[in-house]
Amino acid sequence: MADPLVIAGTTFSSRLIAGTARFPNQQVMLDALEASGAELVTASIRRISLEGYSGSLIDLLGDKYRILPNTAGCVTARDAILTAELAREALNTNWVKLELIGDRELLYPDVEQLVHAADELVRKGFIVMPYCNEDPVSCQKLADVGCAAVMPLGSLIGSGMGIANPAAIELICSRSPVPVVLDAGIGTASDAAQAMELGCDAVMIDTAIAKSLDPVRMAAGMRAAVVGGRLARLAGRIPKQRFAEPSSPQLGLVGS
Amino acid sequence: MMQLRINGKDTELAAATVAELLAEQGIDPGARFLAVAINGSVVRRAEWQTAPLAAGDSVEIVRPFQGG
Repeated sequence: MADPLVIAGTTFSSRLIAGTARFPNQQVMLDALEASGAELVTASIRRISLEGYSGSLIDLLGDKYRILPNTAGCVTARDAILTAELAREALNTNWVKLELIGDRELLYPDVEQLVHAADELVRKGFIVMPYCNEDPVSCQKLADVGCAAVMPLGSLIGSGMGIANPAAIELICSRSPVPVVLDAGIGTASDAAQAMELGCDAVMIDTAIAKSLDPVRMAAGMRAAVVGGRLARLAGRIPKQRFAEPSSPQLGLVGS
Repeated sequence: MMQLRINGKDTELAAATVAELLAEQGIDPGARFLAVAINGSVVRRAEWQTAPLAAGDSVEIVRPFQGG
């Protein structure tokens, strides 16, 4: 039953995009990414340490995974655009996960700057996947300027609070002309499954895997949850109803 | 010798081009996954040998790192 994820004309068999941050060590990161089945993994773009440049972690990942650079930490469109351009040069990819933060404590996106930066990056030939708020209007604006996907947050980055506004995510999924990737706030497997059941095309997970007690096992759990949630979505669930409906037949009861 | 701002730090060094700057900083210019910008504009790898540096220039030398 082939059910590939397609973003910007590129096909993926995994619907789990994984982050590379916050793992206890490199080996755990590599093992967890393997267990997750992710094909697309994110990376940040940072200044090299001038006290001795050494080979980076990305040297380990570069050939096995498709790297999606992010503009994490950027608070202005100008910085995000420059970061994206540096990422394109460093990684030889025109894909970018666009993050433009409007509040350093909440890490909520600055939607106004985000749409402007996305528009400019699309014009410069980038495949833009913006981290955005869970607002159908923002998501539509981002799709309208040419983003290849939208990545609404489930809850605050790194919070593990799950999907705070499932109704909004469901609305976004039902209306979006581009793939929807739930990004931020997933805490455990059921959150990932819920995202898929709400109609998301994929999920992005970092902290929930990296900071769990057993990242490799959690990565495997997340992989299964994403598959399970997607199957349930495609299968068409039963509606919720307020009354009971017996499943065993009512006729031929002993003693009747 | 001239004043340059490298990755946010003011330094005084002798480097006329990006390639010379990388060598001066002990960075292998053939290393993969590196990118450089001067005064907010990316300088492509093919131009590292020729792209000139001027006093007061602000240079960013970046690489991919862990990130979500």
